[in-house]
Amino acid sequence: MLDVQHLQKKFGLIEAVRDISFAVTKGEILGVLGPNGAGKSTTMRMITGFLPPTSGTAIIGGYDIVEQPLQAKRLIGYLPENAPLYPEMTVRGFLDFVAGIRGYRGAERRRRVESAIERCRLEKVRHQTIETLSKGYRQRVCFAQAVLHDPQLLVMDEPTDGLDPNQKHVVREMIRSMASEKAILISTHILEEVEAVCTRAIIIADGRIIAEGTPAELKARHPSGRLDEVFRMLTRSAAEQTVVHR
Amino acid sequence: MRLCSANTWEIFKREFRAYFESPVAYVFLVFYLMLIGFLTFFVSRFYEANQADLKYFFFWFPWVNLLLVPAATMRLWSEERRTGTMELLLTFPVTLGEALLGKFWAAWTFMTLATILTFPIVITTMWLGDPDLGAILGGYLGAILLAGAYVAVGVWTSAMTRNQVISYVVALVVCLFLALAGWPPVMDIVNRWAPSWLVSAVASLSVMPHYESLQRGVVDFRDVLYYASVIVLALFGCYLVLENRRTA
Ligand SMILES: Nc1ncnc2c1ncn2[C@@H]1O[C@H](COP(=O)(O)OP(=O)(O)O)[C@@H](O)[C@H]1O
Ligand SMILES: [Mg+2]
Repeated sequence: MLDVQHLQKKFGLIEAVRDISFAVTKGEILGVLGPNGAGKSTTMRMITGFLPPTSGTAIIGGYDIVEQPLQAKRLIGYLPENAPLYPEMTVRGFLDFVAGIRGYRGAERRRRVESAIERCRLEKVRHQTIETLSKGYRQRVCFAQAVLHDPQLLVMDEPTDGLDPNQKHVVREMIRSMASEKAILISTHILEEVEAVCTRAIIIADGRIIAEGTPAELKARHPSGRLDEVFRMLTRSAAEQTVVHR
Repeated sequence: MRLCSANTWEIFKREFRAYFESPVAYVFLVFYLMLIGFLTFFVSRFYEANQADLKYFFFWFPWVNLLLVPAATMRLWSEERRTGTMELLLTFPVTLGEALLGKFWAAWTFMTLATILTFPIVITTMWLGDPDLGAILGGYLGAILLAGAYVAVGVWTSAMTRNQVISYVVALVVCLFLALAGWPPVMDIVNRWAPSWLVSAVASLSVMPHYESLQRGVVDFRDVLYYASVIVLALFGCYLVLENRRTA
């Protein structure tokens, strides 16, 4: 479903992403794990077509995001970091706009909006303007926007960041409920999230993939059998290596 | 590129409604009407206290628009950049051109509404005197085209920054140049030291000669072409700015 091929991104002299390749198939939830500044968001922005890659590309359902951006974007649902939304719009108004942009009209448009509201449990706030919502609700509105068109690929950048434990639980439930019929890519710097929802994970540091495997395989890499120890071991050595390089 | 695709229409509707989702739009429209009315009836009358003439009414549009069009356009892209919604917008299956046109049409339609809502002033003047209908329509067409040129400039400058105030000020400076470059009092001063070819080259960039010829009720193809060129150039500039932000 998603095939990432040698993605690279330079911002001037900073090389944020260096030659990242991986694939996600339908039914999989791939976690992208890494410390802040590792290049997770930059990678996702290239996959979703917001940033053009310096080199490499991503193929979504057979469409190249660089060559055929419109066809590829139709297959993607994207929840950007910090869930950006138009603050002055109502929840319903915003989702109706997204349904229009996704090409739905008339009864189908209304049905899509209603089903997104229902799936993301937004009934209570449907007529409220987005600026009056709590962080948890905002996250869910942005999530609703991402799944409204039933995308084959769902890309989420730190979907549970800044939520309280109950809200995190709700978001994870929603992700799991959709797992079987989609390919899902989630970035996070929270390790428990990988164990809670992902079927497979890659760890990136300093723009490179430094480990890949199921949560169980990754845990086996450290004698303690704990993911946070593995993460620290791997990301620390990656950071030290690049210091030596420079 | 199509001037109004389905996506452009959706973005147009969202942007146009966004004006009315806060009371600011109503304040804006009332203020626009009051400012034009005040300038027409009090300031102009103060100098020319003879008869009712729409010349003074249309005289003020370039200056009032100079102050108020940038206020109506300053948030268009800068706010998308500041809040990060640009990332949503540009990962939807829309092209940058479609999004850009949707915003431009929305802001221009809003300014057209503001312009048309000044008609009570025209009615008042018709009562007092006997103005020529052709001149009224020509004057309004000129005012709307002028607003279109300013709006395109404002859309462009709003893409340059995340800060609405900077976006406003830069738009005002560019529009001021477009207004002053061909304004007779300024041209007279410049004429004293600059070669005449330079004066006419700079003046040809100005909105003023084109604005004034439409006010006389003469719709000249070249005037319309002028406004269309300013709009296309400014929007193309905006496109390049946004494209560069992405690739930077
Ligand atoms: N627009 C940008 N311009 C310059 N540098 C950037 C830009 N976006 C990200 N970076 C840099 O790229 C690196 C990776 O950032 P990011 O992808 O946001 O990391 P993460 O999401 O993993 O925290 C960081 O060093 C960051 O400072
Ligand atoms: Mg990030």
